[in-house]
Amino acid sequence: MIPNFKYNSPIDQTGVEERIQRFNCRSIKKETKVIGLKLALSMIDLTTLEGKDTPEKVKQLCYKALHPSNDITDLPNLAAVCVYPIHVKTAKISLKNSSVKVASVATSFPSGNASLKTKLIETKYAIEQGADEIDMVISRGEFLSGNYTFVFDEIAAIKNVCGKIKLKVILETGELSTLDNIRKASDIAIYAGADFIKTSTGKIQPASTMPVTLVMLDAIKDYYLKTNIQIGMKPAGGISNAKSALQYLVMLNETLGSKWMTKEWFRFGASSLANDILLQLGKEKYNGVYYSKDYISL
Amino acid sequence: MKKLNNINPFTWNYSPAIETTDHIQINPQYNLYINGKFVKPNSKIYFDTYNPATEEKLSEVALANEKDVNGAVLAANNSYSKIWKKMPAKERAKYIFRIARVIQERSRELAIIETMDGGKPIRESRDFDIPLAANHFFYYAGWADKLNYAFPTKTPQSLGVAAQIIPWNFPLLMAAWKIAPALATGNTVVLKPSENTSLTALKLAEIIRDCDLPAGVVNIITGPGSTGSFMVNHPNIHKIAFTGSTQIGKNIQHSIAGTNKKLTLELGGKAANIVFEDAPINQAIEGIINGIFFNQGHVCCAGSRLFVQENIAEEIISKLKARMETLIVGNPLDKNTDVGAINNKVQLEKIKTYIKMGNEDGITLYQTLGELPKKGYFCKPSLFINAKQSSRVVQDEIFGPVLTVQTFRTIEEVIEKANNIPYGLSAGVWTDKGSKIFNLTQQLKAGVVWANTYNKFDPSSPFGGFKESGFGREGGLHGLIPYLKF
Repeated sequence: MIPNFKYNSPIDQTGVEERIQRFNCRSIKKETKVIGLKLALSMIDLTTLEGKDTPEKVKQLCYKALHPSNDITDLPNLAAVCVYPIHVKTAKISLKNSSVKVASVATSFPSGNASLKTKLIETKYAIEQGADEIDMVISRGEFLSGNYTFVFDEIAAIKNVCGKIKLKVILETGELSTLDNIRKASDIAIYAGADFIKTSTGKIQPASTMPVTLVMLDAIKDYYLKTNIQIGMKPAGGISNAKSALQYLVMLNETLGSKWMTKEWFRFGASSLANDILLQLGKEKYNGVYYSKDYISL
Repeated sequence: MKKLNNINPFTWNYSPAIETTDHIQINPQYNLYINGKFVKPNSKIYFDTYNPATEEKLSEVALANEKDVNGAVLAANNSYSKIWKKMPAKERAKYIFRIARVIQERSRELAIIETMDGGKPIRESRDFDIPLAANHFFYYAGWADKLNYAFPTKTPQSLGVAAQIIPWNFPLLMAAWKIAPALATGNTVVLKPSENTSLTALKLAEIIRDCDLPAGVVNIITGPGSTGSFMVNHPNIHKIAFTGSTQIGKNIQHSIAGTNKKLTLELGGKAANIVFEDAPINQAIEGIINGIFFNQGHVCCAGSRLFVQENIAEEIISKLKARMETLIVGNPLDKNTDVGAINNKVQLEKIKTYIKMGNEDGITLYQTLGELPKKGYFCKPSLFINAKQSSRVVQDEIFGPVLTVQTFRTIEEVIEKANNIPYGLSAGVWTDKGSKIFNLTQQLKAGVVWANTYNKFDPSSPFGGFKESGFGREGGLHGLIPYLKF
């Protein structure tokens, strides 16, 4: 049954922040740290979403997703690369025969201010080009003016086009202002058919934060308790160092638990996180000594 | 590596992150701190103090007999009339500031000893007990020379010697709650920590000595209940401050009847934590957890009776169970431990008796699935579901990690149930509706009511109870009053 989105369970911001402090108190050291870092690496959607993107840049990104490091060999692939629709084909070719997925933003990313028709055409185009996953944005204007039905229907329409292709719905939490709104938008996206909910485009500050992510994880948890259906989570933007990635994993571990501790259900949308993780893994490998960033490829 | 590319969902257990103890100095034997010196007890008796997480002996502590108590009271009286009473308030404040600063400087050491001696998780002693203890000294240092402004039109005067007896649940923090306002108001002190947790109080004695506080202003003596009773019955004390069980509180009140001694009591509690259907549910779960499992439930204001509105009971209970499973119970020195060791063996037995009692009453018991450490005094976080108002586990203070859950239908019903208990120390209310909160704060008979949070403390806010939870306030401006005459 679809709930009335006007009346959702309220969120207490102070309580959320206190919970975050508790997560950040966890001491993640030694083996736990190495396992966590490798897991985080395997969950990264390596992202380039710039006006100046070229096929060469995309190819370089794809290679990085396949070979994160020359120095440390026992590393997983990254989860996916995330690009604009016109670069999907290039990425797809570069990544053929690998487990790295190609995710494409669509629906007039990042603003989402376009007609539904345009959005559907763009989504179809990305899929035809070979995208394995679609990252759409919601219409924040409509959401903030209370047209929840509009937002819901739009997501449902895009999911309809996606079919079995994974749909990640970007809430752009930086524009939604309150945690109550973020919870509301999460519920709308989940009930409308999102496979993943995602915090941000990366184009608006603040992008992903731990409180925002916790509220979204709680929405996923509440939905799972009701329906037994798993929804994925992707915090994106603003997570640039290994320590905060570990803190997100602690939060995931203690909120949704082991079922979500895999790239199938959790992703980091990030461009520079991978290299900081490599730096930290290098430190673990060389007995606590950091090597120069010059040793890590872009 | 192929395998890693298909990482299956897995349980991410945190490696132990044990706080190191090799830099900690605990003497093999501790004497009584009387008149600025550590002196051997006249009793010639020393008793052992244990680490409840390992059952290993940490040290032995002097037992103060009547003669020792007399000595301490004499020293306190002398220093009161000769030094402390005459000293300008501004100078008194400097000493209190100094104590606060040294506590901060030595906070790591104090936190570790607190955890070793008392069994509480290092996260709590590090982030709660020690910083708050320092804050109390800072706060009351500020009041010392402003008493006339605190009570305009009155002339506040100190009382003399305060006999202070504190419990084992927050050893250093309770010492701070007692000593700081007493010194700020110009009184001298004889303090006795619980025989289960003497070490941080004795470390505080070292700190006070190192701060060059005039001899005899603070005397710290150790021993069991008998020592406390000599203190209470001593003719030359002027004020008694006691935190502990309701029964002992009653005994103290009996024994000082007919004397001029002023008394404040901070006794037991059995707080109602009330969750309404319009509450922020996921945050309320955290509040419930913190309310009862903070310090293994050894908290007089613990939210030990949970009242849930009937239509959300199922959701709350299932979420509560899931959340309890993520609590890490074990070595208190591990930085990741959420629930540490039960403070002492007697208390563990008491908790077990209550759990048995609840079982015999036919109340559904839920305990976490994880294993407990083989050694040490540990108790699983426990939940009594569908508890009955008349059951002993609902009526009595268990002082352990045991939560009872009851449901209610209307606001009138929950107020009646919440107040239907001899205690009245604290309560919690969870609702998004402000008017409901203020309605409840008017009607709940509790000294402290928290709204959409629980177990929050600040030196500037008064704390104390109604009914059999005691009288008098500690903390804030109100905390000065019991140490003054006007």
